[in-house]
Amino acid sequence: MLIIGERINSSRKEIFKAIESRDEGFLRQVARQQVEAGADYIDVNAGAFSENEEGLLAWLVNIVQKEIDRPLCIDSPNPNAIEKAMRVHKGTPMINSISFEENRYRGIIPLAKESRAPIIGLCISDEGIPKTEDEKVRVADKLIHRLADDGIPFDHIFIDPTLQPLAIDSTSGRMGLNTIRRIRALHPEVHIVSGSSNLSHGLPSRKFINRAFLLMAMAAGMDAAILDPCDPVLMASFKAADLIMGEDDFCLKYIQSHREGKFKGFS
Amino acid sequence: MEVLQKISEELQKGNFKEVPKLVQEALYTGIAPSKILSDGLVAGMDVVGERFRMDEIFLPEVLISAKAMQAGMEVLRPRLVETGAKLAGKIVLGTVKGDIHDIGKNLVKMLLEGAGYQVIDAGIDVPIEKFVDAVKINRPNILGLSALLTTTMPMMKEVIESLIEAGVRNNVKVMVGGAPITEKFAKDIGADGYAPDAASAVVKVRELIG
Repeated sequence: MLIIGERINSSRKEIFKAIESRDEGFLRQVARQQVEAGADYIDVNAGAFSENEEGLLAWLVNIVQKEIDRPLCIDSPNPNAIEKAMRVHKGTPMINSISFEENRYRGIIPLAKESRAPIIGLCISDEGIPKTEDEKVRVADKLIHRLADDGIPFDHIFIDPTLQPLAIDSTSGRMGLNTIRRIRALHPEVHIVSGSSNLSHGLPSRKFINRAFLLMAMAAGMDAAILDPCDPVLMASFKAADLIMGEDDFCLKYIQSHREGKFKGFS
Repeated sequence: MEVLQKISEELQKGNFKEVPKLVQEALYTGIAPSKILSDGLVAGMDVVGERFRMDEIFLPEVLISAKAMQAGMEVLRPRLVETGAKLAGKIVLGTVKGDIHDIGKNLVKMLLEGAGYQVIDAGIDVPIEKFVDAVKINRPNILGLSALLTTTMPMMKEVIESLIEAGVRNNVKVMVGGAPITEKFAKDIGADGYAPDAASAVVKVRELIG
């Protein structure tokens, strides 16, 4: 189960301010904290800066990699921004994201092919965000086939079911879980990823929704998550679910986390 | 007027079964359709918009109130047309080319209709020419542009420039909105107005139409 640390996102007020004021120390610390909490990739996003997204994204990659020894997840809808950031990135990053929309696909696929980077694929087509489960699965399937035809190995494909907030569509959770199950069944070798907080957008008391979704999605076959690893309750729940899913031989990881005090200080 | 008060209250509760019945009752007792609209439905929707802005209620609650509003309007609209009640203004809304986000735009549409405006929804991923045509054909008071991506924001400037080229820029006020949009951006591209959320959008529209 892959963890992508989500905190360095310009849509968060404190991160926006830090990027704006070029507070390198603060941002490096946020990256370090996420890695120490167990993140495998660190997501970086400068999308809130419409005027200089490209420059700022590249800058973020540069300073974060001074601090941590993990690959980054380069998060932008803009192919130029992704390209500039990838040039600065040491090693192979993850690309966040491509979709089945024609312009976006064409803009990003050359970067994916050339770099052999793992890539997150959103289930959106030129017809928009699919409103039914069947449509979602269909778009996912088409996207996977097209990526494979373009030489991207299944092991590098991370499909995101792209869930609508429950506040807009209260069947979105059930639809999302079914979509994950069906994609998992159709394409056992592909990875499935989701953000933990998409569903709860627009609702109060979001934490419990995020937590519940993470666990339910893992049971349905999701094997990567974009979340805040510095949320101890979320990570504790994740570790327990990982154990239950049979990903923890002799329960050693779980016992080790206990010994490290990762389950202390909250209930 | 008690029944108008009840309409507003039931709308606020999102009671989409009760609101049309109450609208019908108000019509039977001879209350003018335009008054039912302003003092019943719009009054209720104004409270909903305000409470949403203050984070007292949440998106799904706004949506069911909007549903109750629509249900009430189904009953009221034919009677409004009959009595020639003047709608407060005409607005064309759309999400710019390359962008498929529409939740905010749809919310603005519902609140504007709730406030008694005629809204023409051009949809999502709208090409520039379609916006220009919509302004030429419908002659709205306001053209509202929505974008949620930093990559599609620049389209807003292009729409405004195309309106200038087509010679219709001065016939319409242009408003812009969406999560990455700012007051500064709106000014920089030559828009006439900006609002940070749906409830504020209604206030701004009222201000611009006068």
